[in-house]
Amino acid sequence: MSGKVVTITSGKGGVGKTTVTANLSTALAMLGRRVVTIDADIGLRNLDVVMGLENRIVYDLVDVIEGRCKLRQAMIKDKRHPDLYLIPAAQTRDKMAVSPSDMVLLCDQLREEFDYIIIDSPAGIERGYQNAVAPADQVLIVTNPEVSAVRDADRVIGMLEAELKGPGQLILNRLKPEMVARGDMLSLEDVVEILAIEVIGVVPEEESVLVSSNRGTPLALDTNGSVAGQAFRNIALRLEGETVPFLDLSAKNRLFTRFRDWINGL
Amino acid sequence: MSWLNKIFGSKEESSSNTAKARLQMVLTHDRSDISPGLLELIKNDIVAVIAQHLAIDPDSVEVNLDQTATQSRLVAQIPLQPQSRK
Repeated sequence: MSGKVVTITSGKGGVGKTTVTANLSTALAMLGRRVVTIDADIGLRNLDVVMGLENRIVYDLVDVIEGRCKLRQAMIKDKRHPDLYLIPAAQTRDKMAVSPSDMVLLCDQLREEFDYIIIDSPAGIERGYQNAVAPADQVLIVTNPEVSAVRDADRVIGMLEAELKGPGQLILNRLKPEMVARGDMLSLEDVVEILAIEVIGVVPEEESVLVSSNRGTPLALDTNGSVAGQAFRNIALRLEGETVPFLDLSAKNRLFTRFRDWINGL
Repeated sequence: MSWLNKIFGSKEESSSNTAKARLQMVLTHDRSDISPGLLELIKNDIVAVIAQHLAIDPDSVEVNLDQTATQSRLVAQIPLQPQSRK
């Protein structure tokens, strides 16, 4: 069976694409899937540090495309899993070093060996985005519950539809249930009503997300009570076609979780 | 504070509702590629044409973009000047 190419994009920068990519790739590998993740943000390489693989890079995506190394040589194995690999972005080149058709050819090669090819798109809607979306079978759009991120998500959804890659599915990242309860943050329902798109994940804002990127250990690996970690694993299950109910992120539930964590911490 | 607002019935709208309304407005324009400035031009032209034939108050004329899932349309509100009985 041929593998599936899933691209993570957003339009706006800083909404959590790389975090989602690292965690979704990790969560799929935890399910026993063969996964390769590609950092398509050439010039602004980051997926390697978020995954904790930065010290092992020799070759990168542009080296593969320009024929300076074999595909295998640019694939860094994540030793925490039997079958998870990263193809890092080049740091000293720009987006024009790669074309959309290069990406299609590369992914066609990878499809034969992997169940999932997860691509981390750069922000924006220019060449880097086009490179990331060209080979995609499925596109996940990451947004935050704020006006700028939602507006940019709408633009990307429109472009995906025009390119017949759409409409894609939405990941609402960095939701703060307490602020939603106070009426000071757009809710999941608000965002869905505005964007009219299917949702594949809702991830609460959690300090542990930053802590895990400090350490280079994706939060999906933490099966010990992190709600965000669970949210990432649930996205992987939904990608696998399972029906998983959305987590109860209501403020009351969160208060209980905090209380429980506090008790556990005593 | 929201609970104070509840008790004293403050009419200030929640910021999330404001965000939602503003987004819906801006996305209607983004999706149709019709800017608020273009609507203003259209409005002025409509006012000029109608004012040749009827008494209207240019300031109360509104031209808005209305969008549903399946169609977009221009909606113009053109109140006539109150008239005395003939």
